[in-house]
Amino acid sequence: MSAAPQLSVLSGRFARLRLSLRQILRALTRNKAGFIGFLGVSFFVLMTTVGPLIVPYEGEPRFDRLQPGSRTLFAAPSLEHPLGLDYKGRDVLSHIVHGGRGLIITAIEAGILTTLVAVGLGALAGLIGGYVDQIISMVGNFILTIPQFPLLLVLATILSFEDKIGLAVLLSLLNWPTLMRAVRAQVMSLKARDYVEAAFALDLGLWHITTREVLPNMISYIVVNMIFTIRSAMYAIVGLMFLGIVPLTEPDWGLMIFLGRQQGSLSSADASWMLLAPVLAIALFQLSLVLFTRSLEEIFNPRLRQGV
Amino acid sequence: MKFLKSYTFRVILQGVLTIWAVTTFTFFLIRLMPGNPIQLKIDELMQRQGLTEEEARNQTATLFEFDPDQPLIEQYVNYMVRLLQGDLGKSISSARTPVGQQLLKFLPWTLFSVGMGLLVSFTVGVTIGLAMAYWRGGWLDNIFTVFASVIYGIPDYVIALIIIMVLGVQLKVLPFGEMLGGSTQGIEPGFTFEYIADLVKHAILPVTTYVLSSVGGWILTMKSSTISTLGEDYITVARARGLSERRLLIAYIGRNAMLPLVTRLAISIGFVVGGSAIIETLFLYPGLGRNLVLAIGARDYTTMQGIFLVIAVAVVVSNILADLLFGVLDPRVRLSKDTGNK
Repeated sequence: MSAAPQLSVLSGRFARLRLSLRQILRALTRNKAGFIGFLGVSFFVLMTTVGPLIVPYEGEPRFDRLQPGSRTLFAAPSLEHPLGLDYKGRDVLSHIVHGGRGLIITAIEAGILTTLVAVGLGALAGLIGGYVDQIISMVGNFILTIPQFPLLLVLATILSFEDKIGLAVLLSLLNWPTLMRAVRAQVMSLKARDYVEAAFALDLGLWHITTREVLPNMISYIVVNMIFTIRSAMYAIVGLMFLGIVPLTEPDWGLMIFLGRQQGSLSSADASWMLLAPVLAIALFQLSLVLFTRSLEEIFNPRLRQGV
Repeated sequence: MKFLKSYTFRVILQGVLTIWAVTTFTFFLIRLMPGNPIQLKIDELMQRQGLTEEEARNQTATLFEFDPDQPLIEQYVNYMVRLLQGDLGKSISSARTPVGQQLLKFLPWTLFSVGMGLLVSFTVGVTIGLAMAYWRGGWLDNIFTVFASVIYGIPDYVIALIIIMVLGVQLKVLPFGEMLGGSTQGIEPGFTFEYIADLVKHAILPVTTYVLSSVGGWILTMKSSTISTLGEDYITVARARGLSERRLLIAYIGRNAMLPLVTRLAISIGFVVGGSAIIETLFLYPGLGRNLVLAIGARDYTTMQGIFLVIAVAVVVSNILADLLFGVLDPRVRLSKDTGNK
């Protein structure tokens, strides 16, 4: 008896899921810039996950590739090595394929951690108010007053990182205030609205109100902000590597830039490929992320979606 | 008594407290860095001149007036007392030069290059953004929407490296080697054409980088700000009054749309003072950012402290400035602030 209605509820859910999948696809392709961004991000994800299975990694110096009459192992792109050779005669393409993973993962970790900290503290400050709010806001304002990158330089020197997750934690500790402020302001304005007041009246608890009533209303903003945090985390990590402050392990795009600059990529055309390749990879990845936010906004913001 | 309760006084007091907090925080923070300037110097002397550890230690003892074994609290109190007297101490790594003098030497470079960059990108960005919003959907709008989105997404050092690699190394149209640094050695500083031309030549790379990395943001914000201004009633009224389109565009739309951007401009002045460590290092430009990186490497506590102080003051002052400026530019805000005080 009871199986039939349950089934219909279930199929109803599936129907809704299918519809939202189609909506997501439509939202993805509707915004041209956003779709290009989506393709770009997908490309980099594929390259760093599937790519290493196809392109073997060259870690050892290849002195056998020294051209007769040449003094360096650097080489410009050729059919065999589409991105040229680095200062040890290794294939630059293999380093691009293998060297993005650590960087991208650390940046994403930093983005997720920052978002969690910011949303948590912002919701806390907004919902509880009073002293809790004052303390959180004060710490946030203080962090915002100190310029991020110089502070990061000092902190990264103090905390020598064994693991990159430490770097992600540090970045999130420096980056949470902006999003926290926005979440706090949203929570405060939402708190006064009828449906949240109704939830309070029903005694549903802070956790329930935050996760069910408040956050879903600002998910679009949070997701877009997370993407921007991922982007600025990547900026900071590569910046630290560029200045040689973070301990470096191969293969890594940041290390390629550091070594390229050290090994004379800024003075010879053949040598410049070792530096140009990771620079372009980082530029394209960041660009894809920024463009992708357009589509994400449409997917997560129901008001924008209704216009479809 | 009335002054003590005024808005201005509160803002200034808060600013001073923030600067004190940042100074205190960075004071202890930089002393947590592994190694200290004396140990670094001893290591350097032992390596370079082949001295024994004892010889090196004796030699450095006469070089520094800094004692790493003094309790931190004592060092802090000493520092703060001197700071209040306007004495920033002496640089640890560069032969006892007073830090104040060093800062005066670094600051003009950063102010010149970053200031130029900010000014150019703001002017260009606001003009383009305004035109894009006014002729929405036209070819100008389409081209610059793509341009701004692309350039906005790329980090500044990546832009700098691409300029060097493509124009300097691959195509060889830029005499890149000659453009590094702050000025060419041997040219006498002064108000001569030769010196100023030389300064400009060396500033082109960092300034272009600053402009390209920030202009996209200005364009996009100005465009959206203008679009929301276009919908305001007073624009419709002004148009109905038969004002010329030119006057409408500049005096009515442009000015009002610029309001939120001016505040952002004031705030960003504070942040750019210290925010160019990578670009200055890349172009060997002798400003605050590059010297901060060098000071961190040498564990030069006093110089680092001085640079952090300058940055903190710049950020706080520009925030206050933004606040005041907004009141001056927008009478509506001024009114609500005054009534709020009574």
